[in-house]
Amino acid sequence: MEIIIGGILLGGTYALIAMGLQLQYGVARIMNLANGEILVAGSFAALWLFAGAQLSPVLSLIIVVPIAFVGNWLIYQYFLLPLVKRSKNQGQLEVDSILSTFGISFIFVGVMHAIFGGEYFNYEYLEIPFQVFEEPFALNRIVAFLGAAIAAACLYFWLNQTRSGLKLRAVSVNPDAANLVAINVNRASAMAFALGGAVTAGGGALISMFVTFDASIGVLFTMKALIIVILGGVKEIRGSIVAAFVLGLAETAVASLIDPGLTLASAFLLFILILLFRPQGLFGRQTS
Amino acid sequence: MTGAEVRNFAVAIVLFALAALIPLTGSGYWLSIGVSIATYMVLSTSWALFSGPTHYISLATGAFYGIGMYVVGLGIEILPYPVLLLIAAVLGAALAALVGLATLRLSGVYFVIFTLGLAELIRQLVNWGQTTQGSSSGLYVLTDISEPMIYWQLLGLGAIVYLLGWWINRSRLGFALRIIGNDEVVAVHSGINTASAKIILFVVSGTVATVTGALLAPRLSYIESSIAFSPMLSFLVVIMALLGGAHRLWGPIIGVVPFMLVWDLVTAKFPNQTTLVLGICFLLIVYAIPHGLAGLVEKYRARARGAF
Repeated sequence: MEIIIGGILLGGTYALIAMGLQLQYGVARIMNLANGEILVAGSFAALWLFAGAQLSPVLSLIIVVPIAFVGNWLIYQYFLLPLVKRSKNQGQLEVDSILSTFGISFIFVGVMHAIFGGEYFNYEYLEIPFQVFEEPFALNRIVAFLGAAIAAACLYFWLNQTRSGLKLRAVSVNPDAANLVAINVNRASAMAFALGGAVTAGGGALISMFVTFDASIGVLFTMKALIIVILGGVKEIRGSIVAAFVLGLAETAVASLIDPGLTLASAFLLFILILLFRPQGLFGRQTS
Repeated sequence: MTGAEVRNFAVAIVLFALAALIPLTGSGYWLSIGVSIATYMVLSTSWALFSGPTHYISLATGAFYGIGMYVVGLGIEILPYPVLLLIAAVLGAALAALVGLATLRLSGVYFVIFTLGLAELIRQLVNWGQTTQGSSSGLYVLTDISEPMIYWQLLGLGAIVYLLGWWINRSRLGFALRIIGNDEVVAVHSGINTASAKIILFVVSGTVATVTGALLAPRLSYIESSIAFSPMLSFLVVIMALLGGAHRLWGPIIGVVPFMLVWDLVTAKFPNQTTLVLGICFLLIVYAIPHGLAGLVEKYRARARGAF
């Protein structure tokens, strides 16, 4: 029971991170390997606001999310849009954007390392035990889970029920056709990329309440987000939410039953299984 | 053999002979730089054998390299050194084949993601294996293999890689890979088994990286999982190969030499800013020199020819 609830709580935050990456890859077609670093930047921002201004990490979202939105929008406009325009096909864009976002992620790590140093950080906020089905869990994990659930629900509603969300989904299905029905594809992509970055940074601020982090831990979150997105199916928001819970449960189970050092190994095991047996993802549709 | 090929061979042999003389200068500094340059020459040239024509970015070099080190570290007390090199090569080839079979049948993104985490995955498994076995986390490699010996071995491996690369370029396999790199759909339709061509080349490149790790193990004399499976190594190999130009066999080496000299200064003067510098290099390569130094050389040569 402890494993199941712990896994679900972890999965909730993973779902939020994966949704951020999915907006960036599914709509804007940028495989953003700096995703984890943006998350860690959100964590550092929350830490800094908490330590400096005694601002609760939940309230710090009001500051972190808009800044991340603007920052990611600028990254898209000035670094990634030139690549989109330069590339002749999707394969070329993938190679270029992978290399470019690697560069951006290293710059993020370098800057955060220069500002905060190489130590591990964590802080205490809402570390009050809270009873769920007679098992104690820290309240901060539950708050993070609720925050992730609310954000995911808003995002889901926005994508599926509003006109601007429909535009994004149209671009995700076929950018050329979307262009023909008078959707500004570049603007929609920039929007999706910025929104994805904002969601990721917000997830970072929430996760910083109960995770110990340092400047170079981002790549682990990138890996997890990528595995979740592939597990769920690249263009399926519902799929990645389910996949996030699967990964959260698998990691918690492995960490508490076998060895806490093997969390990445459990994620990789899922990844290999999906590649071998269902490469289109749990919810993805078979193409061609 | 054409005249140009004879000339290239002669140039290569002279350069290799000159490089082989470095340990005789007796300078420890140049020998140590020489070993680093030779290491990355082998690693990035073999990386480019696979990733150059196919455009699949492999980040698995660090994983193979670390496995090579661990094979030597674990076996040095029991088996003779050449046997260990052979075991390392076989293990590296087997791992590359497995990774290739799982990922190279699908689109390139899966491959990149998989290789990105591979070194960390193997490091976690090695750590776990060592703690459950109750052994200490480090391994001692005490041999009488000197640094010049390591250097000459690396040069020899480099020569093998160049010959192999030259031969693959002329073969049907190399031709098939270039078609895959240009348009995979066309390659499939003209009857090329794209998956097996990619897997063969990935196995070659992985085997070379594993043997390189095995050759370098005696230099460290103490091996720890965080050193053997350093995440930085894979990225350095990618940067140097792309800086030189991965589409030519002689491309990576002209990236490796200047980069290593500058990198040596950066790590000595600004040890805390290495990641930042690495990030800037990545962006420079993508935006300023997408075809590497080799691409620049070819462009200016073509322009000079056009002027006459």
